[in-house]
Amino acid sequence: MGLRKPPLHAVHDGRASFTEFGGWEMPVEFDSIRTEHAAVREAAGIFDVSHMGEIEVSGPDATTLMGRLTTNDVTELDPGDTQYACITDEDGIILDDTMVFRLPDDSGAQYLFVPNAGHDAQMYDRWVDYRDEWGLDATVENTTEEWAMLAVQGPDAPALAADASDGATRDVDRFGAAYLEVAGVRSFVSRTGYTGEDGFEFLCPWDDAEAVWSAFDCQPCGLGARDTLRLEMGFLLSGQDFDPDDEPRTPYEAGVGWTVDLDREFVGRDALEGVDSEGVDERFRGIQLLERGIPRAGYEVVDADGEHLGHLTSGTMSPTLGEPIGLGYLANEAAPPGTRVRVVVRGEPKQANVVTPPFIDT
Amino acid sequence: MSFDVPTDRRYLESHEWTTTDGDRVRVGITDFAQDELGDVVFVELPEVGEDVTKGAEFGVVESIKAVSDLVSPLSGTVVDVNEDLIDAPELVNEDPYGEGWMFEVEPSSESEFDALLSADEYRERIE
Repeated sequence: MGLRKPPLHAVHDGRASFTEFGGWEMPVEFDSIRTEHAAVREAAGIFDVSHMGEIEVSGPDATTLMGRLTTNDVTELDPGDTQYACITDEDGIILDDTMVFRLPDDSGAQYLFVPNAGHDAQMYDRWVDYRDEWGLDATVENTTEEWAMLAVQGPDAPALAADASDGATRDVDRFGAAYLEVAGVRSFVSRTGYTGEDGFEFLCPWDDAEAVWSAFDCQPCGLGARDTLRLEMGFLLSGQDFDPDDEPRTPYEAGVGWTVDLDREFVGRDALEGVDSEGVDERFRGIQLLERGIPRAGYEVVDADGEHLGHLTSGTMSPTLGEPIGLGYLANEAAPPGTRVRVVVRGEPKQANVVTPPFIDT
Repeated sequence: MSFDVPTDRRYLESHEWTTTDGDRVRVGITDFAQDELGDVVFVELPEVGEDVTKGAEFGVVESIKAVSDLVSPLSGTVVDVNEDLIDAPELVNEDPYGEGWMFEVEPSSESEFDALLSADEYRERIE
């Protein structure tokens, strides 16, 4: 089967280089990662993130179904609210992380959540299977290929979004969402993102994506800059910082235990209650390399005696800091923040400090 | 996209270039290679006096997104290294055939140089 292509693929062709991500062929770089990254930190950049999934849930038992399959308390959401949550298996292992949107009242569905690239079919099946097993009255739709998703991020993003929407986005608060006209296209707009900057994410009909994309006169950015931006913030990357097969982690290990509400019943709850009471052996940490070199996913972290402390799951040269930074899992007791450790870079132990992300203030 | 492939040097399929100046051969990576890598942020090179071997790894170049081994085009002894790349690895992107050069070697064999690709042969491989 060929790669799935975002609706703007032809628009990007010739302007960007592409990469495979989650079964999609996505733009990875338009100009350079450094240029794109700096634009988002200093002004604004626009990303095509149409590879992200969209699942809509409606019907009388929609809240019950959402609540039993995500770790956070979905009943806290009013229409137009958003919530970060994990989706865990019976053992409390993260299958995916997601934004859950309680849709404004003028929508047919009550909830929309955004699985990571390539996870939409799996999550759709999971929702339908559990709905049937529990006998719930809810409708689940995979609308991934109906919605394009664009993100405009950076300090100038609010002004750009206001220009493109005749000022309508000014009424959308941080983590709020609304249906608005953007470049004449009815879009679902949320004040969310994955860069640490203020900004918006726009869901617009697949066929209208170009009108919305073209309404923003700012730096086009690819997944390369998206990765360095999220890494500076310590945000998790699905399939890399957690993965049910290759990097199985609970939300507590992954540093997102705050998304877990144990006062409700959900898949994985009992296992996570045990983890919460017993504590974790390893925890998601940041490291800052103090010697020349670049930390990368898979590199081992050791102590001064060469004893294993953990490993990295992400790493790069931070474009903002000009310093080598990484993320990974380290022994909870032996490597708290402030500990001097060694990262084994191609066989050579290099000094590093354990830090608590984010690496930068935004 | 068209890449610069100067005709005054020889190439490896692994995207290193060489030029000769008397007994010395200068080595760097090509315009195509730096473009593929993206923003270069780290270069690790051999030390002066170190022996390098044709076809063997002599260092590493890292961009924000990728790590790439560097392969020596020739066997010989390293006689100079571009120390400027330690503090300014971006020179590899900005001027891959000039300021972004990597090291110079005194080759132990003339014949190895003859086996390298011409500019036309290298261009065929990247187009």
